[in-house]
Amino acid sequence: MNPAKFSEQLRRAWAIAKKDIRIYYFKGPVLIFGVFMPVFLFLAFFMGSRQLPLSFLISGLVGMTLFFTATAVSPAIFPWEGSAKTLERLASCPITIEAIVFGDMIASLLFGIGITCVTVIIGLALGLSLLHGIILLAAIFLAACCFSAIGMLLAVPPTNVPSNIMMLSSLIKFPLVFISGIFIPLEQMPPWGLALAVCSPLTYFTDLVRYAFTEAHYFPVLIDIAALAVFTVAFTVVTMFLHKRTMPKRM
Amino acid sequence: MPTVIDAFNLTKIFGKSTAVDHVSFEVQEGEIFGFLGPNGAGKTTTTRMLTGVIPPDAGTATILGHDIRSEPVLAKQGFGVVPETSNAYTDLTAWQNMMLMGELYGVPRTRAEQRSSDLLGMVGLLERKDQKVQAYSKGMKQRLILAMALIHEPTLLFLDEPTSGLDVQSTQMILALLRDLNTQGTTIFLTTHNMEEANRLCHRVGIIRAGKIVAIDAPEKLKTAIDRVHKIEVSFDREVPGNAITGLAGVISANRTGDKWQITADSRDTAIRSLLACSQQNGATIVTLNTLAPSLDDAFLRLTQEEKP
Repeated sequence: MNPAKFSEQLRRAWAIAKKDIRIYYFKGPVLIFGVFMPVFLFLAFFMGSRQLPLSFLISGLVGMTLFFTATAVSPAIFPWEGSAKTLERLASCPITIEAIVFGDMIASLLFGIGITCVTVIIGLALGLSLLHGIILLAAIFLAACCFSAIGMLLAVPPTNVPSNIMMLSSLIKFPLVFISGIFIPLEQMPPWGLALAVCSPLTYFTDLVRYAFTEAHYFPVLIDIAALAVFTVAFTVVTMFLHKRTMPKRM
Repeated sequence: MPTVIDAFNLTKIFGKSTAVDHVSFEVQEGEIFGFLGPNGAGKTTTTRMLTGVIPPDAGTATILGHDIRSEPVLAKQGFGVVPETSNAYTDLTAWQNMMLMGELYGVPRTRAEQRSSDLLGMVGLLERKDQKVQAYSKGMKQRLILAMALIHEPTLLFLDEPTSGLDVQSTQMILALLRDLNTQGTTIFLTTHNMEEANRLCHRVGIIRAGKIVAIDAPEKLKTAIDRVHKIEVSFDREVPGNAITGLAGVISANRTGDKWQITADSRDTAIRSLLACSQQNGATIVTLNTLAPSLDDAFLRLTQEEKP
């Protein structure tokens, strides 16, 4: 057995993911936050802007759910483990930093996909019809990868105080929701708003979800998928590179 | 014997302070090597560099034939680590922690289960294997992380203050386990404050002071090397005049304490021979004769004493 082999490291990343799910994700408050946070945001906008159709808002709800759940816990895992010294345990094990980061990403994408499926089922229960199921599944998977990479990117600053990271995380996540065509359709955005929207991966995911439910979309479907793929690769590469640099500073 | 740890010029700088300053040493296969030093001397930093937790700023460390910087995974696969602070996952049970370690070291599931049962049994935790670690005492946590470090049958074990703050029972259990492991061929690198522990356990010790190695040798050699003068304690069954003792060959001075004489000698062998001759000349029988070698504590204190400006 060569422990440095890609397949062996992948197996060890899966062990990290299972550990994360068991310790950090299968907790009542985390699950409740994952479901309730997007639902309450959705209800606030549903009550406040009755002129927007339900199908439009449900797409936004799916987008928010995946975005918030995939980035909810992962930014705090390294600070938690740094302060509990368990990160030092992992650092002395025969697993690369990339595999540790990848394991954390797997856990957050599985959590994101799981909770988002609940939201999709709510949408279907409210009478919406799913027109492009395959596109929706592909979009959810791709966006979950992308958002979990963002979650890990938020964990890069080498602090072992989780509240610092959560504050930074909220400062970045909330503005992103408002520029991504979730509550204001892209067609109604001013040019500067649109310029900001194209920089957010959430925009492309929401556009794809809207297409899957209503066939309406702002960007061509292939552009949405390509943009999400590019964001995913870019964020993953950058997050692994930066974690490799900052990891020793946590010890 | 093959070299298992080869540290060469290891250096670590934090801000303006040099925590470890060009430290070089080797540890041979089958050795128990003690790494001693006062608080803040650089013991833990050196151990962390050797185990690949932090990178050195200069120098190299080759562990089991693999450079810890260029081949970290291959090097780490061969050793186990028991850090000073227990770092098992407290939200997991002991069994889940063991299984996680098995997966991280690539141990097949059935083998990991077998090893976990054996190791948890060995450290007395098998009956509480399904309890979350947060309910464990400090001693139990320390025994668990020792078991976790052994899941993949490492040939080299790093331990950082493994018995610090533990009760006598846990300390004795861990020390006995380390002796057994060493007998079976495991090389052990141990940092400790406990001189008695190092004295009893280690084949060689390295002493670090202010980031620099000040001595490396076998404990007995270190003890004798620090003092050029030797102390001998002798008592006779009848009175022997003081001036008869002070004038003996090899004796520097003699002080009476109770029914004994405490003698300072420049040569232990010459002084003992002279004392034997003196007792015969005075018609006295020697009741007790002890050579008082400096303890490892003395050696440690002498070697780690700050030099006066």
